[in-house]
Amino acid sequence: MKLELRSVSLTFHSARGPTPALRGMEFSVAPGEFVCLFGPSGCGKSTCLNLIAGLERPDSGEVLIDGKPVTGPGRDRVLIFQEAALFPWLNVRDNVAFGLAARGVWRSKRLRITREYLQMVHLEKFERSYPHELSGGMKQRVALARALALDPDVLLMDEPFGALDALTREQLHLELQTLWAETGKTIVFVTHNAREALVLGNRVLLFTVAPGSIKSVFTCDLPRPRHIDDHGLIESSQGILSELREEVRIAQEEARREKMAP
Amino acid sequence: MRRWRLRLVFFAALLLIWEGLALAGIWPSYVFPSPVEVISRLVHGFADGSYLIAIATSMKRILLGYGISLAIGIPLGLLLGRTRVLEETLGTIVLGLQALPSICWLPLALLWFHLSETAIIFVVVMGAVLSITLSTADGVRNTPPLYLRAARTMGARGLRLYGGVVLPAALPAILSGMKLGWSFAWRSLMAAELLYVSLGLGQVLTMGRELNDMAQLIAVMLVIITIGLIADYAFFQPLQARVRERWGLQGAA
Repeated sequence: MKLELRSVSLTFHSARGPTPALRGMEFSVAPGEFVCLFGPSGCGKSTCLNLIAGLERPDSGEVLIDGKPVTGPGRDRVLIFQEAALFPWLNVRDNVAFGLAARGVWRSKRLRITREYLQMVHLEKFERSYPHELSGGMKQRVALARALALDPDVLLMDEPFGALDALTREQLHLELQTLWAETGKTIVFVTHNAREALVLGNRVLLFTVAPGSIKSVFTCDLPRPRHIDDHGLIESSQGILSELREEVRIAQEEARREKMAP
Repeated sequence: MRRWRLRLVFFAALLLIWEGLALAGIWPSYVFPSPVEVISRLVHGFADGSYLIAIATSMKRILLGYGISLAIGIPLGLLLGRTRVLEETLGTIVLGLQALPSICWLPLALLWFHLSETAIIFVVVMGAVLSITLSTADGVRNTPPLYLRAARTMGARGLRLYGGVVLPAALPAILSGMKLGWSFAWRSLMAAELLYVSLGLGQVLTMGRELNDMAQLIAVMLVIITIGLIADYAFFQPLQARVRERWGLQGAA
């Protein structure tokens, strides 16, 4: 297994008291697999990504990559956010080169790699532009190039297309599928859109409401490249959505019962 | 364009009223000089070099004092913004001292450094350094967590994280601290120069008072205002506008 979460629990503590985010979370991802995490908002999907990225530590349980426990951020994993999180003081080229510089890659090699990945996301003409001059879709492409330039084994994507318009998102769905097929990266992708999950993933993990664990797993083997309006895909998404509704309904009822009983 | 025409008319009218009031002779000219007197004093002051010497003296002091303030304030702010222990100890002193008008340091400076250049510079530094420190610390503390997470997931740590992300992210705040610090430095300098023989612009003001020369007072006040405005409009505002645009803090989506 490339990635494994073994009975991982994590509770956040704030001024308002403890908020359990994950309880006994278990799943694993095979090398080269494309897995989507899907579930109600606040169910701990993003927390799972942060754990794998090494930006959070679990209270209990283990996060393993290639069988070794995760102790912090590492060369083999990169996280991509919903906001592109580009550095506004750097131009596109220097943004893409940032991680390479942090890893001590020489300048000439940095330039070559940067150019290669900017071409891959069709933004080589914008290498001297600054983030505020780009559209949302272009920014997200730069963020993708920035992550890919580090050549990680695992791409962790936290609702990266959530803030984009429908057309841009569809285009990026296609590009990401091509990219995945060409590079064979392992991708874990968080989304709250059932159809997006099915367009991209080989498997879709449906989360329970918080504290999150896996409620059920759906496999999607429709032919690629898939499109968000494909017939079979819409049908499968109905199945996932009805299970999600069921989960939310049960959780709400439980919450109500808890409130009634003293 | 309309705005400029409006302003032109307004100031022309103001000058006319001023001249009219002065001509009416209600007050003696050492209380209420006419604009013509003020302008002739300005021309005279620049022609005989006395204003130039005063400006040069004051500028030398402010550049030195402000330079020292930057050299202390920015590193100190960077430390305070990043280190909890320092912020809760040293930080409270900085905050407390900011409540003290900088000219209150002058008596202390005179005892420490006597009637010297150092005393004036000290007052200027005390006027500027605290706001620079506080703004810098604020900027560092408010580094967007998203930038930090993005940098860390790409493997940036330690100095690279600090120099490559925290510092540039804090730059807009540091700049506004620098601007504030400059105007505090300028005010402190003028106050300090007023209080004893010092050759700077402040002393020219004091001399004007001693000679009952109101035209001189107003002329020098105009010079002081102009220098303040030049620093603001020619330096800080364009710089801030550029950084704000680049950092995507205004307009641009």
